[in-house]
Amino acid sequence: MSGIVLPRRQLIARAGGLVAAAGALPLLSGCDAINEAPAVRKILSMGEEMHRASQRALTDRDALAREFTRADLSPVFRPNGTRLPEGEAYATHAARGFADWRVAVTGLLARPLSLSMADIRAMPQRSQITRHDCVEGWSAIGEWTGVQLSRVLAAAGLKDSARYIVFRCADRIGDADYYESCDLVDALHPQTILAWALNRQLLPIANGAPLRLRIERQLGYKHAKYLTGLEAVASLDGIGAGKGGYWEDRVDYEWYAGI
Amino acid sequence: MTDLPPAMPPVRVYRHRLPTRLWHWLNALTLLVLLMSGLMIFNAHPRLYWGQYGANHDRAWLEIGSTRDAGYLRVGSWKVDTTGVLGRWTDGEGATQRWAFPGWATIPTRYSLADGRRWHLSFAWLLAIALTLYMLWTAFGGHLAKDLHVRRGEWAPRHIWRDIKDHARLRFPTGEAAARYNILQKLSYIGVIFVVLPLMIFTGLAMSPGFNATAPWLIDLFSGRQSARSIHFIAAWALVAFFLVHIAMVLLAGPVNEVRSMITGWFRLPPAKGERA
Repeated sequence: MSGIVLPRRQLIARAGGLVAAAGALPLLSGCDAINEAPAVRKILSMGEEMHRASQRALTDRDALAREFTRADLSPVFRPNGTRLPEGEAYATHAARGFADWRVAVTGLLARPLSLSMADIRAMPQRSQITRHDCVEGWSAIGEWTGVQLSRVLAAAGLKDSARYIVFRCADRIGDADYYESCDLVDALHPQTILAWALNRQLLPIANGAPLRLRIERQLGYKHAKYLTGLEAVASLDGIGAGKGGYWEDRVDYEWYAGI
Repeated sequence: MTDLPPAMPPVRVYRHRLPTRLWHWLNALTLLVLLMSGLMIFNAHPRLYWGQYGANHDRAWLEIGSTRDAGYLRVGSWKVDTTGVLGRWTDGEGATQRWAFPGWATIPTRYSLADGRRWHLSFAWLLAIALTLYMLWTAFGGHLAKDLHVRRGEWAPRHIWRDIKDHARLRFPTGEAAARYNILQKLSYIGVIFVVLPLMIFTGLAMSPGFNATAPWLIDLFSGRQSARSIHFIAAWALVAFFLVHIAMVLLAGPVNEVRSMITGWFRLPPAKGERA
């Protein structure tokens, strides 16, 4: 308690003379203590599970995200997160136009694959004009072209024990590689594609060249960029910190980002 | 000492039934958490747009930002300096911050979009579930018919105008009349329960990419996700405005009696003019 109830003089000194801030300080530290309490965080995370369960219950597995026309495109499609992966290896790939880029398809599969960009473009393609919603609040509409993830997984022969697909990326943020994951409902959704083109141009580096995920019924941070591998797994335990994604592990972003 | 006439015992009426009292206090908490965590979410991208899309390269109709040494709020082409409160302010440790809304107004105090969303998206459930139950009780439990129903005479412009004048002169009803809601109260409570709160929930849901696939018509109703976000923001401030007027009225009408009636249900009728000693 003594950490919260401070003599007023001390408070004013601490707030650098800002009386309004000083008066509010004990209350604010109290609120933040509530925010940090593990039991509270556990209760709050029930909200996420309720959103996931209710959306899954109310929504057809294959219900599509809205598709727009070219008249609706954002004039500029804003990139976010990593805009240029660090390191020699990526720079070399970029200089060669990603001719040697490989995407490893591994895990609980009958036939693990290693796909080149040419292999990916040789498969049947899907184009879709969709709205990208960033967790921060902004939206941008772009036209994406790529192969449906369901086709890649079918070619690799997904085993019955697989429950999630993990997406490995070439970009590092701080001390860890970016990664994401989704369940099979979204992995097999018709609009979930591995996209190599944005607005009928090769994907710019800032937007995830040469290949990124589009998972249209979820927020932007799920759309992993700079894809190097897909892994079919039975559980997310033991991958990163076990919460299923880079931001999920670090700051507690929702793993189910449909809301 | 002169003998005072024996005081008339105050007339007490049972004014608020239990569902109203429970819902009122649950809402007080829920809406406070939703507002403060909502301001945190806004801080992640303090710009509002109309239409389907909107990002940094697009024209924002409202923006809170900062220049090198000032904070500002811009609405359309109107811009006001808000240094110290919005866009550029000093936190509890004396450090300059450039987030839109200041730490004392957000949950949590320090910037965390993830935590703001945790609070917002879980308390949204409380708001939606409690509102649904309360609407059902209001409609079928007699609250609407008994307390909120606007009677024919009350719709007369002359009646509404007189009530507005009474409010402006801070002349509050006494005696029997104080036991009932007046026309402005009825309209504002109906507006909050059946218009603004549902609007908050539906504009909130319209921002969910998952729910857009569930019910594409909802986002069309608001003509786009960024419009829904703008309406969500405006409606939140409409609720803040309601709250301010609500508190002012409680203070002016007798805060002890008003707050007590929202806790116990029992309200003491202010004595009518003639009864006053």
